[in-house]
Amino acid sequence: MKRLLPIVFVALLLPGPVLAVSDPSEMLPNPAQEKRAEALGSRLRCLVCQNESIEDSDASLARELRHILREHVAAGESDAEITRWMVARYGGFIRLEPAFNATTAMLWCMPVLALLFGLGIAVWSYRRASRRAAPAPALDAAEQARLDALLRGGSVER
Amino acid sequence: MSGGDTSARKPGGASPAQTRRRVLALLPFGVAAAAGGGFWAMLSRMRTGGFDPHDIHAPALNRTVPDFALPGLDAAHPGFSGNDLRHIDRPVLVNFFASWCIPCVAEAPLLGRVAALLPVWGVAYENKPSDAAGFVSQTGAPFARVALDGSGRTAIDWGVSGVPESFLVRPGGIIDWHLAGALTETVVSATLPALLSRIGR
Repeated sequence: MKRLLPIVFVALLLPGPVLAVSDPSEMLPNPAQEKRAEALGSRLRCLVCQNESIEDSDASLARELRHILREHVAAGESDAEITRWMVARYGGFIRLEPAFNATTAMLWCMPVLALLFGLGIAVWSYRRASRRAAPAPALDAAEQARLDALLRGGSVER
Repeated sequence: MSGGDTSARKPGGASPAQTRRRVLALLPFGVAAAAGGGFWAMLSRMRTGGFDPHDIHAPALNRTVPDFALPGLDAAHPGFSGNDLRHIDRPVLVNFFASWCIPCVAEAPLLGRVAALLPVWGVAYENKPSDAAGFVSQTGAPFARVALDGSGRTAIDWGVSGVPESFLVRPGGIIDWHLAGALTETVVSATLPALLSRIGR
């Protein structure tokens, strides 16, 4: 029993499965549809808590939006149609992933731009370093003879 | 930079290597200036209200009110529908409230002053009829009509994210102005009168 106690304690500390929708009665009976609803709902902002998705939030507005979302999914609407329905009411801010447009172009392009910028610096400094480390000029005949003598271990005549 | 630079330096004329070096030295300043200009434009537009990335109100503006038909609270406070709002002949302030909402209780006295300017129609959001009735009698909110939106579905169609919210609806049922939050002294004494004189009533 004493040996079991730490195991039980550790087991209690382990995180349980995190369910986005805590109330099973909210879920759709069709698992594929429920999965799609959860995926879509986790990309929609809860307007009350603002940095939580409607799947994560416990606010009553989020609960109602989850419900509406599932009705639309069950009715066979596409993700784009449902997102449009939400944006028509709450604007682009409801999307946790902003749509690509003139205002958000910089936001979406920044990773690529930063990568290109970094690559540019890398290429530039590599080329500069290799230019600086130019190969030494070749030895002339006398120098070569002296080097050979040194390598052979003999004394060097000056 | 590099000691082994092979370019010849002529007095008065810059070699290609020198020019390139100058361009490279100025590049960070150029990038910083462009970024600074961009941020300045964004922030100044955020300050004047031309740009708000968190804007959840814009969709409602200049649109016809959504379709809905909600029951009334009692005989003195009949319900209303989207169709009723499309047939108003003078502006109406639609106010979403709930008895459990403290800012709604706080803004009730200001609603009394708004009612002197234009009719105020209330929508009880996710509220039991008895609680909504208690709110109206206790705060004395001057609602000409009170519609019961028990499920909150109508509020979602209006784009309401939380109570209190107010919408100014002009004749034709067009949403002219939207406030997410409680009315303030400035709104009642300056914003609303200016909007009403622009609408022409």
